[in-house]
Amino acid sequence: MSDADDGLTVAFRHRLGETVFDIAFAAPPHGLVALFGPSGSGKTTAALVAAGLLRPDEGRVVVRGTVLTDTARAIFVPPERRRVGIVFQDSRLFPHMRVEANLRYGARRNPPGPVRFGEVVSLLGLSLLLSRRPHTLSGGERQRVAIGRALLAQPRALVLDEPLASLDSARKAEILPYLERLKAAMALPILYISHDLPEVVRLADTLALIEAGRVVACGPLETIAARADLPLAARDDAGAVLESVIVAHHPARGLSEIQAGGRRLLLPTVDRLSGSRLRVRIPAREVALATERPGPMSVHNILPGTVGTIAQDLQRPAALVEVRFDGSGLIARVTPDAVASLDLGPGRPVFALVKSVAIEPIG
Amino acid sequence: MRLSLKVSGLAVAFGLPCALLLALAIARGRFPGRSVLNAAAHLPMVLPPVVTGWLLLIVFGRYGVIGSWLDTLFGVRLVFTTAGAVLACTVMVFPLMMRTMRLSLEAIDPALDAAARSLGAGRLDRFATVTLPLAGPGVLVAAIVGFAASLGEFGAVITFAANIPGRTQTLPLAIYAALQSPGGEATAARLSLVSIMLAACALLLSEVIAKRLQAGVGRR
Repeated sequence: MSDADDGLTVAFRHRLGETVFDIAFAAPPHGLVALFGPSGSGKTTAALVAAGLLRPDEGRVVVRGTVLTDTARAIFVPPERRRVGIVFQDSRLFPHMRVEANLRYGARRNPPGPVRFGEVVSLLGLSLLLSRRPHTLSGGERQRVAIGRALLAQPRALVLDEPLASLDSARKAEILPYLERLKAAMALPILYISHDLPEVVRLADTLALIEAGRVVACGPLETIAARADLPLAARDDAGAVLESVIVAHHPARGLSEIQAGGRRLLLPTVDRLSGSRLRVRIPAREVALATERPGPMSVHNILPGTVGTIAQDLQRPAALVEVRFDGSGLIARVTPDAVASLDLGPGRPVFALVKSVAIEPIG
Repeated sequence: MRLSLKVSGLAVAFGLPCALLLALAIARGRFPGRSVLNAAAHLPMVLPPVVTGWLLLIVFGRYGVIGSWLDTLFGVRLVFTTAGAVLACTVMVFPLMMRTMRLSLEAIDPALDAAARSLGAGRLDRFATVTLPLAGPGVLVAAIVGFAASLGEFGAVITFAANIPGRTQTLPLAIYAALQSPGGEATAARLSLVSIMLAACALLLSEVIAKRLQAGVGRR
């Protein structure tokens, strides 16, 4: 990773008690990089290092070409001067200030920038909250204010440390659309820390998997979610994620047609315009495999591809089979017996069978 | 009576900022000797006031370490003066004020400080805009309680500053003097009533402020 990196680069080694964190990842300039892993794996430590609230034993933090931490060159920009916004799980609003004063706190202390007050207020739906006191807000409202406050400080990058972890699922569902809009509207790298897979699948562009203080894998969400050899694939809810475009609607059949990775798929009608982008998830347990194109059947989607890695599912007696096609892929969870009887192995042409009702549109 | 108010007012005026600094250091700081400092600051609260007064005499007396130095350099004498009474009161109510403020400082979530930092606020800025406003009610209560306690200060004042009418004779000393003189009961009763009223007002006021604080004026 070099200084030329114009997104967000974080690489550090840090010892906390018995645990050694050795974490490195990079995010593109306009995308959202999610750090996903169990608690205690070092995600929050990474967030603190990025924001400068923790000085790592060794490490580098570069945001859009500006070096903020470089222990090798004794560079450490203190948090109040690095302009990296951070939102914590507990919103940490200033209790003695009204919402508006909270929002403007950072704005007055940083050089003017592209983020406008009115824009943030409408983006996050804060206009009715401006004169309220933080203790009168709901958890979701507080988090929206905290995000707005961080944005109005004109940050070079935004760090969201488990921003939804303290909310119930109804509040989460309420705030997720705001995060999606934020991602689309703001041209800045976002570091998103979470241990909730649905959240990550919905928001992430880049995914870094963290386990026991190390990055197990880091790459585009689609690529990471389609790998059979990662701990993600062993989860009960494992599944591939495809970035697709809606190409047609078939109202008479109650189906919509999407295109992803050079393949066309049918799924129950989605309420979106043709031509719009749609992220879909295909659970591994819903994918069946065949070595020959099957005859007429209820399954709509028969996708030719080639077998990639085959991994043993450590959680249950099953095998995880990667099916690759142009620049994208699926994972199928099948029995080891099926792998043996179909004589599956890396490189073998195969058909992935996906019921249209099994395709989950996300956001 | 007026002298009493003046002495107490000055004691709070000098003592409060120092007590706030020390309270901050003890509540937030992580340095060696923190608990020793804490214990030392609390000493006057548990020592017999006479002992505190006597220690003040040793240190600030005319031949004391600091006293002689003050005398030769500035010609300032503390013993048997109003300033001496102020000093004695300050030392006596210092732990009380510090304790009150430390508790309210410790009640502030230090995470707010990190949040303010990430928003671009420097150390002084954070103190002025986050810590102080949140500790404000605590500081006010400390001032009132310190003032009231200072009005009643007896032992250290009489030991260090003596009982000189018009110079060091504060309310309790005047009551004591009245009781010592024949036929002084009426004066003593009158002064006691004043003393009781002042104390009651101060306690009431601090209670009201504490209530407002608890009601969550700005608490989450």
